Amino acid sequence: MSVVEIQGVSKEFKGGTVALQDIDLQIEQGEFVSLIGPSGCGKSTLLRVIGDLIEPSRGAVTVNGKSARQARQDHDYGIVFQDAVLYNWRTVAKNVALPLELAGWSRERRQARVEEMLDLVELRGFADHHPWQLSGGMQQRVSIARALSFDPALLLMDEPFGALDEMTRERMNAELLRIWEASKSTVVFVTHSIAEAVFLSTRIVVMSVRPGRISKVIPVDLAQPRGTATREEPRFFELATEVREALHLGGHVEVPA
Amino acid sequence: MTASIGRRSAEWLPALGVLVAMIGLWEGLVKALHVKRFLLPAPDAIWRAFASNQSLLWRAGWWTFQEAFGGFAIGCIAGILLAVVVARFDLLGHALMPYAIAANAVPIVAFAPITNAWFNPLDKSSKMAIAAVLCFFPVFVNVVRGLRSVKPQQLELMRSYAVGELTVFRLVRVPTALPYLFTALRVASVLAMIGAIVGEYYGGSLDSLGANIEQDASLFQFERAWAEIVIACIFGIGFYLAVAAAERFATRWQPRIETSGS
Amino acid sequence: MASVAVERPAERGVGVKRVGSRGVLLLVVLGVLWGVWEGFRAIGIHYGLTRPFTVDATSMPHIHDMFKALFERPNAEGPLLIVTLLEAAAFTAKEAALGFAMGSVGGFAIGALLAHSRMLQRGFLPYVVASQTVPILAIAPMVVIWFTNPNSTFHVTAWVAVAILASYLTFFPVAIATLRGLQATDHRAVELMRSYAANRWTVLWKLRFPTALPYLFSALKISATASIVGAIIGESPTSIAGGLGGAILNFAQFYSFQPQNLWATNIVAAALGIAFFLVVVGAERLVLRHAPENVA
Repeated sequence: MSVVEIQGVSKEFKGGTVALQDIDLQIEQGEFVSLIGPSGCGKSTLLRVIGDLIEPSRGAVTVNGKSARQARQDHDYGIVFQDAVLYNWRTVAKNVALPLELAGWSRERRQARVEEMLDLVELRGFADHHPWQLSGGMQQRVSIARALSFDPALLLMDEPFGALDEMTRERMNAELLRIWEASKSTVVFVTHSIAEAVFLSTRIVVMSVRPGRISKVIPVDLAQPRGTATREEPRFFELATEVREALHLGGHVEVPA
Repeated sequence: MTASIGRRSAEWLPALGVLVAMIGLWEGLVKALHVKRFLLPAPDAIWRAFASNQSLLWRAGWWTFQEAFGGFAIGCIAGILLAVVVARFDLLGHALMPYAIAANAVPIVAFAPITNAWFNPLDKSSKMAIAAVLCFFPVFVNVVRGLRSVKPQQLELMRSYAVGELTVFRLVRVPTALPYLFTALRVASVLAMIGAIVGEYYGGSLDSLGANIEQDASLFQFERAWAEIVIACIFGIGFYLAVAAAERFATRWQPRIETSGS
Repeated sequence: MASVAVERPAERGVGVKRVGSRGVLLLVVLGVLWGVWEGFRAIGIHYGLTRPFTVDATSMPHIHDMFKALFERPNAEGPLLIVTLLEAAAFTAKEAALGFAMGSVGGFAIGALLAHSRMLQRGFLPYVVASQTVPILAIAPMVVIWFTNPNSTFHVTAWVAVAILASYLTFFPVAIATLRGLQATDHRAVELMRSYAANRWTVLWKLRFPTALPYLFSALKISATASIVGAIIGESPTSIAGGLGGAILNFAQFYSFQPQNLWATNIVAAALGIAFFLVVVGAERLVLRHAPENVA
């Protein structure tokens, strides 16, 4: 059974903009799938359709074999946005514990889990800090810890590192791979950085603009585990070139900031 | 937080210096230029008037403060409750907000004679009423803004957790609105004191501060009038500082920004 | 600390259709408010309500009676009430406008001065803030009596004394907004100016001042109302008869006989306050028409 199954999904917004047209996509357990494409190709919309934050105009989405709505209500996925979206009035530990609180976990279980998660994202000493006391990269790590805290089968990430500088971004990429391997979850990752997509993914879904549709799916066969050396392999450049060419065919390429 | 005592004193020393210099200058000028006492009494004369009427002054200040606080409580609670309802329903907001903003532009204290006529002018309730109306509008307007200033992504996150509207209200909207609420409460604390005192100008018990200030000023008892103003300042600043302290406590998670906002 | 409730008018650029439906909505609300008043009045009189206050024809005159009173003569041989009140409003407006002008200029000057020296700020800012917390109107009787005293060196006519009081109320929001606005400049923009070798005055005039304008206007909107409040209250202790404050005192004495006259006077006072506010809003739109919405 696929973790995510998308069949014939289209989305038109009020005013007639076609954000998505006839999307078919299956994502299997343990995959790391990146959605890449120019602005306006609907990659973020597709992510939100999977998470039932936006309803599709046509087509069906199932997550873990359930309707997207049911999956959302069952807390089957965690989500990370471009901004960390932390609550400034809560400490780091309480931000991570938020979904657990909402799911009715006991205080002891929450505490144990939060410690575990902060270890995972290497923020152990910052439990009692407030979000504004952390750097952008650290905030995003808190947000990832929060998304993973209730052990969801699926992790949805909407350009989570888009606002970070290149060096922090590469470090976070490596970190994310480590977390992904440790948590054995499935990841759907929206980005507009080619290097990021190639480095992270097991599969890259290239999307084109107006209307938003899938123009190419590229499997990434780089060896696991990946590290700094991976970025210097010839295969890395071949794959990056393949993605770049696919993007060119589907429209203009957006230069990453 | 890590500021040493030395650095802290560097922050308040200039202010203290200005206070001492001002009082000294005031005293010196009044004495040197032989300013007539009905123009401006010297600080030491005001102090003597203050000292010899202490118990009466504190009682009058307490009376007026009770009126201000009662009105503050009523007006703020009403403003918060209505704001919660209005923020929930967009149409209601569109309908009521222009009136609330217009009401903020109305010289509401001018309505004090009417509340004096509605309630017994010698009774505290007449001043509470005008203070309550004064407090109501800024609190209402600011709380509506605060409840609505939640970022869309925060709502998306909450939706991803599939929680109800009440939970979103408790976990997101209320904390977001708190700084807005307290900004309004600080303004309201000042308005409440003004409302009570001005209400008393238009007729009030002689146990109250406003009626005393008016009477003493018109009888040319300027030292006493100034002493009463000092009491009004003490209660006014105390009220404001109490609200500011409550704000610090309620929003202690916030980074502290200096007064100048630099 | 020194924050002032910042008003912002409704969003610009609403379509004609929406303006139309909005107008209808506002009228509906007006109708509902009128209904609430008259409804409460009818119920109160019918059941003899005495809490929170005694409801009768005196405490709650009909709304149409308040407006009708405007077009009646309080004294048989006198002018229509509205004529008296408009004259009074013009008198009060004159005081408020002078006060507003003096207070704004003074506030801007002090704010600009404080913005340039950290030391001055530390010395004086606490008092600027504290003075906001002081019930400033408490000194209204003092100030007016002070300045109108014929023995005073600074002797001025009564209405100017009231204007001085109004200026006192106008002063503080403007001073603080100026300080904040002048300090709100993005340091990168300052660096850009430096790269053009601009001098201090050019930076102030071309950069800091435009940045401060939105802050300034939100303060001016508050001050507009404050100046009217100052004028009305300032008129009371001196029994200056020409203005709205005098009219309020006068009609308050006869409230039990002709309550609608006091209400009518307050309606005019409210209209004057809103008119001042709208003038500032209009000026703001004119000056800031190119500014993005999200400033200040």
